[in-house]
Amino acid sequence: MSAPSTAITLASLATHYPALQIVLPLVAAPVVVLLRGTRLVWLIAFAVTLACLGIAVDLYTQVLQQGEIRYAMGGWAPPVGIEYRVDRFNGLMLILICAIAAVVLPFARTSVEKEVSSNRLSLFWAAWLLCFTGLLGIVITGDAFNVFVFLEVSSLATYALIACARDRRALTSAFQYLIMGTIGATFILIGIGLLYMLTGTLNMADLAQRLPAVTQARTLNAAFGFIVVGCSLKLALFPLHLWMPNAYAFAPSAVTAFIAATATKVSIYVMLRFFFTVFGAEFSFGSMPLGEVLMTLSIIAMFSGSLVAIYERNVKRMLAYSSVAQIGYITLGISLATSSGLAAGMLHLINHAVIKAGLFMTMGAVVYRLGSCRLDQLSGLGKQMPWTMAAFVAGGLSLIGVPLTTGFVSKWHLASAGFGAGLPLVPVAILASSLLAVIYVWKVIETAYLRSPLENATPVKEAPISLLIPMWIMVAANFAFGIQGTVIWQAVQQAAVQLRGGV
Amino acid sequence: MNWIEHYNYWMVILLMMLGFYTIIARGNLVKKIIGLNIFQTSVFILFISMGKIPGGVAPILRDDPTTVYSNPLPHVLILTAIVVGVATTALALALVVRINEAYGTIEEDDIHDLDTGSL
Repeated sequence: MSAPSTAITLASLATHYPALQIVLPLVAAPVVVLLRGTRLVWLIAFAVTLACLGIAVDLYTQVLQQGEIRYAMGGWAPPVGIEYRVDRFNGLMLILICAIAAVVLPFARTSVEKEVSSNRLSLFWAAWLLCFTGLLGIVITGDAFNVFVFLEVSSLATYALIACARDRRALTSAFQYLIMGTIGATFILIGIGLLYMLTGTLNMADLAQRLPAVTQARTLNAAFGFIVVGCSLKLALFPLHLWMPNAYAFAPSAVTAFIAATATKVSIYVMLRFFFTVFGAEFSFGSMPLGEVLMTLSIIAMFSGSLVAIYERNVKRMLAYSSVAQIGYITLGISLATSSGLAAGMLHLINHAVIKAGLFMTMGAVVYRLGSCRLDQLSGLGKQMPWTMAAFVAGGLSLIGVPLTTGFVSKWHLASAGFGAGLPLVPVAILASSLLAVIYVWKVIETAYLRSPLENATPVKEAPISLLIPMWIMVAANFAFGIQGTVIWQAVQQAAVQLRGGV
Repeated sequence: MNWIEHYNYWMVILLMMLGFYTIIARGNLVKKIIGLNIFQTSVFILFISMGKIPGGVAPILRDDPTTVYSNPLPHVLILTAIVVGVATTALALALVVRINEAYGTIEEDDIHDLDTGSL
């Protein structure tokens, strides 16, 4: 580091918050491997996550007060050096990732005891921290190549996390995800390479300045195509979602709750960053037929994901297919190419993260007691695990979009954005797809509450309190954000305006 | 348009398609990894060939101000990407070893049959 080597006081430490956001979990990962005691390992991971959450909140308040934060990594001035930038959008994303991690971690501690062999636990937490590092890094960096590096850091850690599960199908799912994920990341790398050929820079702000001069070049179209396909693979946009259901179904439940809420969302962030900051809305939606293509795929995703979810027998896979549909909602909002559509997409991005983290945590609790989450085994579970299943019902209502929940708020804004863009079919599609969600959520509720337990099934107890508390925090957040939705709505609106306004 | 002049790009496309085809068409998991490696290598060549400047020398600073240097940045980027590629390959091979232990085969079709049989 070429930064002046004065004594580091607490005040000077605060100026390095953007770096610390990444460095803390990155350094903690090898420390965790060296320390073998599981209790201490978890405490370190939790402490680091809380510290990151504190930093993220502080960064966001700084952004609100003073505007965008620019941090030159290692003291090397951009565009030569790597720059970290925090604005209203990725400030929110940082808080989202850290908050989800902070709630899922206490849940994971109990949950993985049953699902991961104890001799692998410290490696498991190291991979978890690396995944966390990668996700934060993708969001905070302002350098296009750095995005690729952090994308691979988080993805490699995710493959390892999925493979930690005891079920052998977790291995094949992780392998499938590895192949698809690497292809996606390599596509993004090709796109970045073509952009570098055109402009000679990798800094996103710099790229945004230089690209308008070369919009006629066919290389730019190719770069755009590669980046769109690469991101779509990573965020599981229909029809590139095939890796996701198995990866989510067979991963340890806590991992599913964490990556379902963060990994795909971060990929959507990358896509938005490229669309709006690097290429610019005018090129992405004007010169390229992105709006039409994205809207078609989103609507197909909304219906095909929900339809497959209805026939799925494994509840974790069902929720994974539901994620395909919900990602369709998010990209539908983006494809409208209006400020309100973008803001509604971002809102649903945050809300869906909260909804799905909560739902996958309820299934984690079911797996903790039952060892599986096949639909028929859930019979009569409503009486045996009342708090867990009540959490599923509450989360399910939010997934459907019943008033007073977050799901309702974001679907409402999506629908009104559709009207605003002069596309009355959009609200109709949202409503119809939500009705399909009613069917698959109801199937689980019906099995759990209205059927009597299987004859040969051993009765189970309610999940331990260490699983219930994080689960209910997440479910309560669904209702808190649903009732007090305007705060987040205003935040994402400002973020959308800033994102569309260029860098 | 001079076809020969762009032969490095033709090679990149050829390798890319070869790798891609191997990933899709082969059922053997190790062959899939090989395909993935060829696919990634094509991208490495794409990056490295853009750093080449006619008459450029290795980018070590000399006193002569007329010296033309190759662009070192793509090389550095690709060094990083190679490391990422090695890590990916290592992880993929580790997964294949464990798949072989769990299933006794690394053929995709056989694994699929074993899984559907166990449901």
